[in-house]
Formats: sequence, structure tokens, C-alpha cells
Amino acid sequence: MALRRGRKLNSKPAEAVEAAVTAAFREEGGRVVATLIRLTGDWDLAEECVQEALARALERWPRDGVPRRPAAWLTTTARNHALTRLKRSTTEAAKLREVAALAPTEEPEADPSGVQDDRLRLMFTCCHPALPLDGRVALTLRTLAGLTTAEIARAFLVSEPTMSQRLVRTKRKIREAGIPYRVPPAHLLPERTAAVLGVLYLLFNEGYAATAGDEPARHDLCTEAIRLTRTLLTLMPDEPEIEGLLALLLLQHSRRGARLDADGELVTLADQDRSRWDAAAIGEGLALVDTALHRGSPGPYQLQAAIAACHAAAPAASDTDWPQIAALYGELAKRVPSPVVQLNRAVAVAMADGPAAGLAHVDTMAGDLDGYHLLPATRADLLRRLGRHEEAADAYRAALALAGNEADRRFLRRRLSEISSETP
Amino acid sequence: MRYLMLICGTSHDESKPLPSEPMDTATEAWVKEMDGRGVRLMGQRLRPASMATTVRVNDDEVLLTDGPFAETKEQILGFDLLECANLDEALEVAAKHPSARHGAIEVRPLWPFAGEES
Repeated sequence: MALRRGRKLNSKPAEAVEAAVTAAFREEGGRVVATLIRLTGDWDLAEECVQEALARALERWPRDGVPRRPAAWLTTTARNHALTRLKRSTTEAAKLREVAALAPTEEPEADPSGVQDDRLRLMFTCCHPALPLDGRVALTLRTLAGLTTAEIARAFLVSEPTMSQRLVRTKRKIREAGIPYRVPPAHLLPERTAAVLGVLYLLFNEGYAATAGDEPARHDLCTEAIRLTRTLLTLMPDEPEIEGLLALLLLQHSRRGARLDADGELVTLADQDRSRWDAAAIGEGLALVDTALHRGSPGPYQLQAAIAACHAAAPAASDTDWPQIAALYGELAKRVPSPVVQLNRAVAVAMADGPAAGLAHVDTMAGDLDGYHLLPATRADLLRRLGRHEEAADAYRAALALAGNEADRRFLRRRLSEISSETP
Repeated sequence: MRYLMLICGTSHDESKPLPSEPMDTATEAWVKEMDGRGVRLMGQRLRPASMATTVRVNDDEVLLTDGPFAETKEQILGFDLLECANLDEALEVAAKHPSARHGAIEVRPLWPFAGEES
């Protein structure tokens, strides 16, 4: 995602400078914004001042050279801009004294740990459970990932004014409901960390579920989710569930090159060309699962990552350790009482003990998942493998009536045509 | 910051006599704790929603309706006014109220008076 702010310069060195600004912002933007929010207590002012600092960088860096610590330069410039802005407003005199007093000790080079806390503060505040879920996701992307409102709007397939309103409403609730800008105290930390992980996972899935190649902005959501989870892990090392989530995202993302065929059709896990899986991502993911599970407190993300690891570690689909996957789903179902988990467990049981055993599992679940196309789709697949083609066709039709995603629908139509005379 | 806690739940069954004791011991303990911490400014239990009268004025004509503003199964049973450092503290105080286990508690920030920024 290119940086689309600041001014466009055309000469070669200017392009290099622009690249340096872009890189500094990609790496450090979240940190700069987070510090400015803490210093000014004003989210909008913080964002404006960071924008202003970026514009200054594009103006000054070609002349003066790229500073040794670009992020520190951006923070200082943004803070000075905030001071100027606050000086103009007499009603903010108290705030001004506060910012001016804080300024000297809060240089990034002076106190790197304090600066890291700012990003953590920002993450916890953006993902506060009192905020609407869509607002948490949008605000995380805006402030921490530095995406523009237009980019976020495109990624979530809504208009820019709609997304802009969503961001305004979310920031207003933070201000008016008194949501604190802080890392929660120890007794709230497990619950609130889970809320942050939930937002990051949702962010990833938003990008992952958008399979077709017509909306590249959505694919970048996966990359952003991984980047933010990585940041969170750096800030809170030794947290097994964060390791678990990062592993899960890396392992799922490792299959991106094999999930679609040349025509953009979905390829099932069993049929994917495993040589196209991202070996580096798998290596990192497997190592993280290992580290996390050795800490001895398995949670939902670690278990899901362990399941993904079983798939990633199998050289061919036929090598998959299905009894192990079924057992992991069993553990997951104890912690996450979700019908979707039960459905996946049924699929794993079918692979381990045969389609009849899986079907018995699925048939106990009717009613829990009304309206969810994967329930009839799974029944259809199991019935097909049992040779009960007529019932399978009925189930495929039921799934088709519910599936919303065009790639899913094409896949179901293809399966249906394989077992009946219906043309796709 | 000031927050209003609206205690919501199903009204007392009116065919039975009202309990003479206005608060159970758990609620009393909550009030004592929060008064001690200085976060509870005031609060009271309300008479049942059937005792409510709703007032509207339409073209200078006063329209009275018997009953609460919204006829829902869950009604406002009482309220507490809190003074807390932030939303997290208000949520923690609300979560400790015994009614949070049976019904629900809505926590709302008060709209400050003009010039009274928190």
C-alpha cells in the first residue's frame, strides 16, 4: 500500500526521499501517532500534527538529508506543531503546559520503553470492548497501521464518507465515554488482550475471506494484521496466545499462492499445490506454535495454530495427521463453544474415522447453524463420499442458496455438477 | 467523570406484595463499598414501571400516558450516579452490582454542563 499523502515529487532524489518518508511512516507511524495522542490527549489533533510532520519531511529531507532517526524527527516535529497549535488556543492553556512539560523527557532516544508503551496504549484503547467492533477495526487501521480513510473504506467495501463517519463516531465515544488511554491494569489484561487479538484476527479474516483478485486492498489487510500482531508480540513477549495468533496468521497466509487456481477458483486444501506454499512463513509459524505450546497454557489461538501446523507440516494431503487434528478440535470446542468449531471437528472426525462418523457428528448440529452455508456444504461433501448422491445434491443446492461469496458458489456448483446432471 | 448507572431488569411480580426490605444484603454491601470508595454520589431504587406516568406536550396540550416510556419486558428498576476516573472504573463498579447477574446495567456518561469539561 503506497503512502498517498504529502506532495508528489518527481525528480529522482525526491523519489528516494519520498521512499524514505514512506518507509519511516510504515515502520514508525503508529508509534509517532501513539505518542502524540498521549501528549495532546486529542486524537484528531495528533493525526493532523503527524500529517503535518510528514509534509515537512517531504519538504526538508531533500534539502537537509534524511535524519539519522527518522521516527524521532517525525515525533519531535509533530510535537512542536502540536505546541504551536495549542498556543493559539487560549482555552487549552493547561494542556499546553502539560505537553511542554512532558516534551523534553519523552524523546524516543531518551526513553524507548516509554515510547513502546504508547503503541500498546493505542492498541488497547482502539480495541476497547466498549467500542463498536467495526469501529475498533477501522480505528486500529487508521491510527496504528497508518492507512488512509479512503484505503480503509475500499478494504471494507463501504464509501469514504461512511468510513469517515465510523471513525469520527468511534473517536467521539473514546472521548465522551471516558475510555482511558492506557494499558489496562493486570486484572483486566487477559480479557483486554483477548479483545485486541480478536480485532487483529477479524482484520486478517476480512482480507483472507476476500478470495477474488478484484479487490487488492483487501489482501493487504492480511499483511497489516500480521504486521500489527508482530508488533504486539514485540511489546508483550512471552504471551503464548499472541504467539499463537501470529503463528495462525502466518500459517494461513502461507497458502495464499495456492488457494486459487489460474481462473481464480478456490482450491481445497487437499488439492492445493503444496510447493506453492510459503516455506519461510511456515517455518516461522511452526517454530512459534512450538514455543507457545511449550509454555503449557494452551488457548484458542494456539490450538487453531496447532491445527494449521498439522496441515502445514504434511508434505502431501494424504500425510495429514487427522486423528491429531480431530483431538485438537475437541480441545478447542471445550474452550470455544461455537458450532463452527464443532463443524470443523466433524470434518476432521470424518477424515480420521470415515465419512459416516463425520456425518453422525454433523447431524447432531442441525439448528445451531441455520443460515450458514458450510453446514449443508459439509453434509453434501460427506454424503457424496458415502455415495449417497441424491441426498448430496439436495445438500449442495441448500448450500448454494445460502452462500454469499461468488467463489464459494462456483465451487459448490462445480461439485453439484460432478454428482448430478446439472450444468455449472 | 460522572456516569449514570441504570439498573435494568424484569419488574417485580405485582401479584405478590412488594418486599418490605428495599435492598437485599448483597446490594447493601455494594452501596457500602462504593460509598466508602467515594465513587457513588447517590442512587435509589424505583417503584415499578406500572407506577410511572409518561408526559408529552403536543402543541401546548399535555398528553399523559399510563406506564413507562417504553413498554419492554426489562425496565429501569433503579439508578446510581457515579463519579469515576474513567469508563473502566465505572464498568468495574457496575459489574460488582448484584443486579448485573440477573438483569443488565447500562452505564452512560453524563453530558457535562457547558464549560465544565471533565
